[in-house]
Amino acid sequence: MEKKNKSKNKKPKIIVLSGYGLNCEEETKFAFESAGAKKNVRADIVHINDLIAKPRMLQKYDVMAFPGGFSYGDDTGSGKAYANKFKNYLAKELEEFLARDTLVIGICNGFQIITNLGILPGALTYNKNGRYLDRWVDLKVTGRSPWLKDIKKISLPIAHGEGHYVISPKEYKKIQKDKQIAFKYIKGEICKFQNLEHNPNGSDYDIAGVLAYNGRVLGLMPHPERAMFSHQNPLWHINKNTPKEGRGLQVFKNAINYFSARGGSAYGGKK
Amino acid sequence: MISRIFVMLKNGATRADSYLIDSKFLKKELIKLAEALTNPILENFSINNLEVLPPNGGKTSKFTYAIEIGFKPGVTDNVGHTVEEIARDLLGVKKNPDFHVYTSKIVFISLSKKDAEKYALTLYNPLIEKSLIVPVKNKKISLPKKVPKVVLKKRKPVINVSLKVSDEELIKIGKEGIKDGDGTRRGPLALDLASMKTIQGYFKKLKRSPTDIELESLAQTWSEHCKHTIFANPIDNIKDGLYKTYIKGATNLIRKQKGKNDFCVSVFSDNSGGIIFDKDYLITHKVETHNSPSALDPFGGAITGIGGVNRDAIGFGLGAKPVANTYGFCLAPPDEKRKLFRDKDRTQALLPAKRIMEGVIKGINVGGNCSGIPTLSGFIKFDDRFRGKPLVFAGTVGLIPRKNGSKLLHEKKARVGDYIVMVGGKVGLDGIHGATFSSVTLDSTSPATAVQIGDPITQKKLSDAIVKEARGLNLYNSITDDGAGGLSCSVAEMAKECGGAKVMLEKVPLKYPGLRPWEIWISESQERMTLSVPKKKWKKFNELMKSRGVEATVIGKFTNSGNCVVNYKGKKIMDLDMEFLHNGLPKQHLTTIPYLQNNKEPQIPKNSSLTKTLENLLGNNNISGFSYISQQYDHEVQASSVLKPLSGRGRINTDAQVFRPVLSSEKGVILSTGVYPSYGDINTYYMAACALDTAIRNIIASGGSLSNLAILDNFCWCSSYDKTRLAQLVDAVKACYDYGVGYGTPFISGKDSMFNDFRGYDEKGNPIAISIPPTLLISAIGVVPDIYKIISPEFKNVGDVIYLLGKTDDELGGSEYYKSLKAVGNDVPKVNLEKNLKTYLALERAIQKELVASSISVTSGGLAIALAKTCVGGMLGCNISVRGMPGSSKSADAKLFSESQGRILVSISPQNISAFEKIIKNIPYAKMGKVVKDGKFTITDKTKIVKTDVKKLYKIYHRFSEKMK
Repeated sequence: MEKKNKSKNKKPKIIVLSGYGLNCEEETKFAFESAGAKKNVRADIVHINDLIAKPRMLQKYDVMAFPGGFSYGDDTGSGKAYANKFKNYLAKELEEFLARDTLVIGICNGFQIITNLGILPGALTYNKNGRYLDRWVDLKVTGRSPWLKDIKKISLPIAHGEGHYVISPKEYKKIQKDKQIAFKYIKGEICKFQNLEHNPNGSDYDIAGVLAYNGRVLGLMPHPERAMFSHQNPLWHINKNTPKEGRGLQVFKNAINYFSARGGSAYGGKK
Repeated sequence: MISRIFVMLKNGATRADSYLIDSKFLKKELIKLAEALTNPILENFSINNLEVLPPNGGKTSKFTYAIEIGFKPGVTDNVGHTVEEIARDLLGVKKNPDFHVYTSKIVFISLSKKDAEKYALTLYNPLIEKSLIVPVKNKKISLPKKVPKVVLKKRKPVINVSLKVSDEELIKIGKEGIKDGDGTRRGPLALDLASMKTIQGYFKKLKRSPTDIELESLAQTWSEHCKHTIFANPIDNIKDGLYKTYIKGATNLIRKQKGKNDFCVSVFSDNSGGIIFDKDYLITHKVETHNSPSALDPFGGAITGIGGVNRDAIGFGLGAKPVANTYGFCLAPPDEKRKLFRDKDRTQALLPAKRIMEGVIKGINVGGNCSGIPTLSGFIKFDDRFRGKPLVFAGTVGLIPRKNGSKLLHEKKARVGDYIVMVGGKVGLDGIHGATFSSVTLDSTSPATAVQIGDPITQKKLSDAIVKEARGLNLYNSITDDGAGGLSCSVAEMAKECGGAKVMLEKVPLKYPGLRPWEIWISESQERMTLSVPKKKWKKFNELMKSRGVEATVIGKFTNSGNCVVNYKGKKIMDLDMEFLHNGLPKQHLTTIPYLQNNKEPQIPKNSSLTKTLENLLGNNNISGFSYISQQYDHEVQASSVLKPLSGRGRINTDAQVFRPVLSSEKGVILSTGVYPSYGDINTYYMAACALDTAIRNIIASGGSLSNLAILDNFCWCSSYDKTRLAQLVDAVKACYDYGVGYGTPFISGKDSMFNDFRGYDEKGNPIAISIPPTLLISAIGVVPDIYKIISPEFKNVGDVIYLLGKTDDELGGSEYYKSLKAVGNDVPKVNLEKNLKTYLALERAIQKELVASSISVTSGGLAIALAKTCVGGMLGCNISVRGMPGSSKSADAKLFSESQGRILVSISPQNISAFEKIIKNIPYAKMGKVVKDGKFTITDKTKIVKTDVKKLYKIYHRFSEKMK
């Protein structure tokens, strides 16, 4: 654990991974940069092979994002092959990265990858009806994390075939106690609006996202970057008089703000 | 050594994954690999021996048999390739340079042997897969350790084909292919006698016989698929042919009329058509069909269809990024039970209609979802006549910066001396004769090798490396897609840019040894593109590709010799004059015979309940929702969605979709389609006019603009040798011209598929022929200046006032209503250009002024269906009257179900009524009633004629989707 506390008012450097079929890197970069527009924050898209070629590169980053996509076409199980590659070549660097006061987010396929990396509890498998599903869901925040500051409930879209979160009852108790359950699916305004079931994929305990490393690592199936504009929300058409910014952007703002003086320990972090 | 890794769910399951590995790996290496293939929380692995465990720890049932479904030799095995990559990363492969992984699925069942055999048939497609049934004994199964490796017989690489033969033999060569050493024919060249004679004459002058590769190459380049001869040849008194006169002719005229407002940048000359998006970007669009391959292997046909058209975006200019996919299915109803066979002996069955439907839906799913391209716009239509050949449309919208420095990115030119570089997948026997096969009728001689399976991740890597990196670094001069005809077409096409090419065919990387040169040259193995890379940039280009896991190979050089030359292992095996190769195809003068269509009028049932009729129509598969398709396609990736495929509380399918391809811009792109196969049973001129009007109207209704709208044509015809079919074609093309010019919407790209016929046998062995109804798909694409102003179709608020814009005439011919009465009729909807133009421009203004709450285009099923959909969308009721509607419709049936074009149903909030009515005062409209809150759906004429409620309509609208889910 790194004890040294830097003066916390810096512009974080963000790395968004790409390659082998990840495909949400551009909008994830855009979300981080929009969230940090005032500070002129930049996010770099880096192909995993370039990172493997220069692993020390990771040292200069504060936030690492594993975006959504279809790495290796989900062959042999979603996220497995990309996680294997990452582990084979970058295990030490990952450990070092997590030992610093950094943030990690894995969205959708990124979530599947980082659970396979073993830095988050549980596993993801096929949706209960076996079919890929694109729709919006309602979520409530139940965990403690810098990523989740100022969010209690939020609606975001999902699009996945393997989003069924699996965890043993014993481990569930533990992560619940440790405030490691980031999001649970609930019946909120979207589900009421479109008459949808609250848990779209049969996830154990309605879990949509989990945390580790004192909340610094977040994995979630829903896509906050697909909710960064108001018009992306299905409810927008019945009420266009809303700010143009979508609620999903808050997740990215929280990451930027964590590195400013405001970032508070009440929301987890460090350690 | 051959080993097998099994992976199975921990607590037991009805299936397992099998990885058959042909390698020299040690046991401990195999274990390491098996661990990497297993998620320890969910799964167990075992090596070589599998202990079978039924679900729930074996408590539920006992298994009797296991069915293994694996690929046939040579069929693309994507998972196998991924496992090979994993093993290479994990184990290092210097010690094991050559190893292969073959995957299969094992399904466990508790059935008798006979039932197991029956069940197995539903699990696989014998054209690409094989099945094996083994008993489960003492919880164990024994599977053979035999790998499905391709072993090709050693054959003479190149043969000369003598053309000093009789006309009968020339016809035979053209129709059935070149005769191989063993006497068998290689499959259709699809060259007619006139073409064969021209080729005969050409080689007579050269005083030699053609080689097989020369003949095959000519057949590819001259195929209907590549040359579009029916659209190019003179027909009747249209001496420049249909395409030049009417399609390109319309575009040229419109561009001239638009003058400095012309937004076309690159039309008809490239893989896609390109128009201006804003000062920095162009958008491109292309729609393809993949009908014949989808008939044989629906999944493979559809996935390679969407993959292929993605490459039409990547192959536009110097490479556009795919930003949206579109799809369209014209299929036989899934409950169609006819058993049909391709051969007289009834051994080659056509796949059941339902399997075709499920396969093509899944193909578009995997193709789009895996590539990170939102699948936005689509439709599904049913007609028994699509049983022989389904129509599968696949489209891709691309985005490309207009310039890189001072270089215009829509321009490209291979230069003399540039390397010919093949990028992407390797070459196998897949898709041999695809181009020529799609130019003929589907029958028992249709080649199984025409089937291919897509590998979206290989293509995604290729696409990203080109569009997101190499293009910006200016590393190549030209690029095109290896689609139909493979290298033979892509190289020959690019060679036109500089005047020649010289290929060393032995350099082409192969999937397995033993391919003959002609096979390498025309193979349609997927996920490949051909680039022209300057010699001095090759090193950098190749390093970039390597670092992205993309294979790139120099296979020759572009020249200015005037010839397309192919060498194989140092020997020249093809040397064709470029002029002859591209322009040698003899022109034929086509003629037509007028047709007269006179259909039976239906018996209109007296005193039937119109409520019942409406409910039945809403439940009709051609009208009801298909949310189960829309929601299994990722339509939100790239974070660009604005108007989604499903909208409102009731999740109705939208007729137009809007997205923002550049996240930093608030401009949007709007897409829609129009297609009415049944109208062609009456008149193809109006079928085309209505398709075009509908595509445009869908756009206007959602907030698009007529001045910024382009269209694409996809003609799918049948029996195009039949002169009356050609007359129908001429009529349809003329309508495209008339209405395209009338609306000022240029055609920017198009494609035709002219032989959608099936000739085979029924269950009793009687010959049967099925042709599709002539079908024209019009796709529209426009630029929306402000995405925040677009309008969704569903009703929004109680109390909003409902208006119908446009006239309702007695036009029930070809309508869904008449079809439900088992009739076609004759009064097909016509399109009144002038009136509709006025309506569309007025609505455009009203939407720009933000006066409109909801807006839906009236299409199949007429006013009543539009009303039902918009009510279901908002989960709100309505109370309207159809008395005194403008137009000639008199009967209640006609008022409710006539499919008159040019109509839009809108709702307006009370405070906007006067401003709205001012805008529409000079167009025909009816103020019909109001949106009501109790969910009651009431339509009155002289009396109440429809009375139902929105919850019931919701159930009916989604019934088909619920059933398919």
